[in-house]
Amino acid sequence: MSRVPLPEVPGRVPDSQSEARLDEIRRQAATRGRVDGHGIKPVGAPFPHATAETGYYGIPLLKEPQWTKEIPLYFFVGGAAGAAAVVASAANLLTKDRDLVRSARWVAAAGGVISPALLISDLGVPSRFLNMLRVFKPQSAMNMGAWTLSTFSSFAAAAAFANLVRQKVGDALPIRLVENASGLLASATGVVLSTYSGVLIGATAIPVWNENIGTLPHHFAASGVNSAVSILELLGHDDSRGLNSLGIAASAYEVYEGFELETKRTRANEPVHKGLSGAIVRTGGVLSGPVPLALRVAYAVTGNRNLRRAASWSSIAGSLLTRVGWIRAGHSSAKDHRIPLKLAENVQEIRKSSEELTQKSA
Amino acid sequence: MNQTNGHANTGFLTDSTLCIGCKACEVACKEWNDISEDGYDWSGFSYDNTEAVGHSTWRHVKFVENPTTPGLGGNAAGQLPSWGFSSDVCKHCEVAGCLEACPTGAIVRMDFGAVFVQPDVCNGCAYCVVSCPFGVVQKNEHDGRAFKCTFCSDRQMAGLEPACAHACPTKSIQFGNLEELHAKADQRLEELRSSGIDDAVIYDPVDTSVKGIHAFFLLRGDPRSYNLPPEPEVPTIYLKKGWRSAAVAAGAMLGATMLAFLGDKHR
Repeated sequence: MSRVPLPEVPGRVPDSQSEARLDEIRRQAATRGRVDGHGIKPVGAPFPHATAETGYYGIPLLKEPQWTKEIPLYFFVGGAAGAAAVVASAANLLTKDRDLVRSARWVAAAGGVISPALLISDLGVPSRFLNMLRVFKPQSAMNMGAWTLSTFSSFAAAAAFANLVRQKVGDALPIRLVENASGLLASATGVVLSTYSGVLIGATAIPVWNENIGTLPHHFAASGVNSAVSILELLGHDDSRGLNSLGIAASAYEVYEGFELETKRTRANEPVHKGLSGAIVRTGGVLSGPVPLALRVAYAVTGNRNLRRAASWSSIAGSLLTRVGWIRAGHSSAKDHRIPLKLAENVQEIRKSSEELTQKSA
Repeated sequence: MNQTNGHANTGFLTDSTLCIGCKACEVACKEWNDISEDGYDWSGFSYDNTEAVGHSTWRHVKFVENPTTPGLGGNAAGQLPSWGFSSDVCKHCEVAGCLEACPTGAIVRMDFGAVFVQPDVCNGCAYCVVSCPFGVVQKNEHDGRAFKCTFCSDRQMAGLEPACAHACPTKSIQFGNLEELHAKADQRLEELRSSGIDDAVIYDPVDTSVKGIHAFFLLRGDPRSYNLPPEPEVPTIYLKKGWRSAAVAAGAMLGATMLAFLGDKHR
């Protein structure tokens, strides 16, 4: 029987010093009942100095977002509701599909009820939600959002209610006017509701968000349209050609947006490329871009409804993941002290710029 | 900028070359303002276990450990690091990100220049938290509202100096008329330079969109080692681009939806 050589294991090589130390411990324990330790070496040691290279020990400079899980959900619901209001008005103006108009009005109205509920539950003091409406403050995207949401909810609810009355009581001119006018106002505020969330997170100190403020509103608008179309299809409107075309347009835009984002490999964009947040954003992008686009085109060719239903589910999941991913990316971004401190990749460069700084002021 | 309404435009000069790291400012601040405790967590990387300003820490002494440097305190034996101390605080920016972002108008500018969160108005939306380029303001999850240094507005209204400045034993924290403090800081910088301390700098980002701060600092070395950003920007500078992008997106949404239904079979 030949001896199998032992695998090499990582670890210390025993020497006379290490063995002497072990003997010393035994001697102390035997004679004194107590051992003088070397002290412990905590996890992470040796610790960095606070220098220009590390910032202040690498402690995050910015504070992490403190929004609850309701916020990405609110972005999703609000985005879909705003787009649904637009679908309702467009279908009302351009088609005879009364069923689609009714469903879209109700989706918008339901979103107009759920969104404020989500937003209010996120507040630290929910009973003070109305404080958002005590001022009108264009430089605060959150304030603009609160006003937009309030008006949208009112008009979307009015349009849906008028639609119901029209259906139950009869098609009188005044009620039709109320429905169409409220519907148009809901669409006008709906497009703001679907896009402003991009401005909301973009106009902050969080690097990954403000880096992308130019594209986030487009991205979120496409995402909102995608999910509104898909919700309406799953509610039984999977024969509407208009909805499928709109779904194709939104998914195609998401493909483009995903491509843009993948190629913009800046340091501030790291959280949407790497780590868990990157994985979520990427999965969301695939599920709302290429997957539904392919399925919808295949449906248009073959007429197989199952393909279209799959596209709907994929788009809804993708839209939700997109919002969750972007919020998570904000968390990772806030924890990265290097970007607000403008630290170069390379330690030498930081030292050089640091020296230049003190020389310049001297 | 002059928003004083007859009051003096006040400020803090935190001269870190005089700071001995005693944390009297933190204690005085907590006591006067009746702020809750922070917990007893060990940071594990320095003697600074508080780490940063936040909802329950409005003054925070940073312990910046450097390799041994003569004249920067520390240990001559060459084993222990030198320490630079600096008492951090809300910067009370001239153009404040938190104030601009606040959707309720809870954050206001006081007559003497302080940026103040009105606790009876704040609804805890936490938008100020992500809008501060210095990472100062924070929501207290138990209370629900956002908190930060009030610049002891209550004391200032009573004609007194803020608690931290009052308690500081070395005049590292100086309070007074902002312009006079700037003159003092320049003079002090001159003094330090002439005595050979040539890495002393004044940190006051006047050339950024923040347009200067009411609580400015005199430090040794690179301000980045004190977690002070070289180019803090007030996030409202991104708004124009954002709303323009939103307008284009809104137009595209309307256009695409109309086009999609123009080709519908139900017509």
